[in-house]
Amino acid sequence: MPETEAEIVVEDPGAPAGDSPALTTNRTVEIVVSLLLLALAMLLAFDNWRTGMSWDSTGPQAGYFPFYLSVILAGACVYGIGREFLPRRQTSETFVTRDQLRRVLQVFAPTLLFCLFTQWLGLYVASFLLVAGFMAFIGRIAAWKSALTAFLFSLVMFVTFEIAFDVIMPKGPLEALLGH
Amino acid sequence: MEAFGLLVYGFSVLLTWKTLALMMVGLVLGIFVGVLPGLGGPNGVAILLPLTFTMDPTSAIVMLSCIYWGALFGGAITSILFNIPGEAWSVATTFDGYPMAQQGRAAEALTAAFTSSFIGSLVAVLLITFLAPGVASFALKFGPPEFFAVYLLTFCSFVGLGREEKHKTIISMTLGLLLAGVGMDTVSGQLRMTFGLSDLLRGINFLVAVIGLFGISEILLTMEERLALRGHPARISLRVVLKVWKELPQYWVTLLRSSAIGCWLGITPGGAIAASFMSYNLAKRFSKDKDSFGKGRIEGVFAPETAAHASGTSALLPMLALGIPGSGTAAILLGGLMVWGLNPGPLLFVEHKSFVWGLIASMYLGNVVGLVLVLTTVPLFAAVLRVPFAAIAPMIVVSCAIGAYAIQNAMFDIWLMLAFGIVGYVFKKIGIPLAPFTLALVLGNRAEDSFRLSMIGAGGDMRVFWSNGLVGSITTLALILLFWPLISSAIARIRPAVRGGA
Repeated sequence: MPETEAEIVVEDPGAPAGDSPALTTNRTVEIVVSLLLLALAMLLAFDNWRTGMSWDSTGPQAGYFPFYLSVILAGACVYGIGREFLPRRQTSETFVTRDQLRRVLQVFAPTLLFCLFTQWLGLYVASFLLVAGFMAFIGRIAAWKSALTAFLFSLVMFVTFEIAFDVIMPKGPLEALLGH
Repeated sequence: MEAFGLLVYGFSVLLTWKTLALMMVGLVLGIFVGVLPGLGGPNGVAILLPLTFTMDPTSAIVMLSCIYWGALFGGAITSILFNIPGEAWSVATTFDGYPMAQQGRAAEALTAAFTSSFIGSLVAVLLITFLAPGVASFALKFGPPEFFAVYLLTFCSFVGLGREEKHKTIISMTLGLLLAGVGMDTVSGQLRMTFGLSDLLRGINFLVAVIGLFGISEILLTMEERLALRGHPARISLRVVLKVWKELPQYWVTLLRSSAIGCWLGITPGGAIAASFMSYNLAKRFSKDKDSFGKGRIEGVFAPETAAHASGTSALLPMLALGIPGSGTAAILLGGLMVWGLNPGPLLFVEHKSFVWGLIASMYLGNVVGLVLVLTTVPLFAAVLRVPFAAIAPMIVVSCAIGAYAIQNAMFDIWLMLAFGIVGYVFKKIGIPLAPFTLALVLGNRAEDSFRLSMIGAGGDMRVFWSNGLVGSITTLALILLFWPLISSAIARIRPAVRGGA
């Protein structure tokens, strides 16, 4: 096999290790999700019952259709939970390992911050901060490269959406300062 | 021959510089989306949808559908060169495509993949051209009960025929239908499931959910994996292209069979993923030389690629003719139709001729242009993978946020997108399928309306769903499909018993 012929090589030094310890199993997560959905189904069923889930002179009331859907959802959840407790289901796959969770949080936490910043500083400034910060701290790319890429990206986005396509985004103090 | 005349009309709509330019932009963006890890057809279309909000519907759908074709082409590039399927439907392409690349036949494999994709979608587009108008005009006679029966059929076939565990499909579907009902009730005008939150009055927007479910969650899932990759060089010369094309007629049986499988699974909610695997397995089973599969056989590239493209394209048939999408991406395009102010359904063929035929014509042209484009620019797109993921991931996040915000200009939607991102991540990991959720969310309101309108018309008598031959057979078929797993196991149990008795 001509492995040396490979032209494009990308390394991933921070990759999650294969032997990283498991944090939870799919079984646990399935039970938790089913319980949450069951609670949601009951809440929605109650709300639809309050709206009216029976028939009146003109046909089904507003809550009729969703009420029965919540009942079906609750039923499917109960079935799912019940099945997890059957004795013959022993093996369960890993839901997430510690390394994997670390990597996921590396994206999720900045995304959360980005959403917060969008609210305060406007989308374009938040976008610059997210791209630059992510590249520099998580991708360990040189600071000037990160900042330049982030600036160009935010600028291109601004020109594309705000100017060319007339799609209005949330804006903050910086845009106000520049007269937008 | 009426279809032919209309098709010519469609081309006349299409052939303006602006539309052609948008087509190219769409194709290039689509290939990008297909090549990049963590982005696929549905997310690509969903994220780029806001770009089209201010366009006229025809230009918008042409650009979006070209993103979709581009993504279909792009998925094959990474499968063959890097052994990384850019899309789930390209997994089967890696079986023989990557070994071919290892043997230094990457150009051949790529040409085979692109050409067979082109053939698959051509067959599907021909099917759409000649079948869709007929289906639509037939469906014009449908009243609310018939429409509800068709919706029911769609939902039931997901439960009965899907490969996922049944209760998980039901969870996903009912959740989608419930969330579709949040906000103002369209029949009575009453508010429901809003819990006094003013942000929920608008309801939960389908596209926001899709961007979260497919865009954000995909980024999270991609980060979990090892992102290192090694690829093979690819330069396609005209000589190789001609060589592969010369061999093409030998494989007409495979190509035809794969197209048929693809079209069938595309129209029914089986999808491109199932189609590509099924057609690979059938090609292997019918081959005289079974052992050579998986070791770099060109047929192993032809079969899945033809089927995947045929299925991806024909998924648009029920969307155009009935307003019922055959795939996740078709569901998003349907969401787009509503944003552009069009009412999906059979009336589309009557009221918006230029839109429908412009779209169909763009399928022909888009695939030809796409084929030429990918054949000539593969090395460029393969190089895109050199860009570190640390730069791409945040940019995708920003694009998702722009997409989510632009739909209703609401900050709440960005938070909603983030929430759906977590939901999508967890659901995917524990095997709750997202496609039924997407479909239910986009069809929910219309399914409920047609149910309630039929009930109002019939005075609350459920027998309205069996009131005539047409609606009765659709409803019965829906119920059979819903209980299909039980029925088929019952048949399997009876059969040996009968044989034993005889």
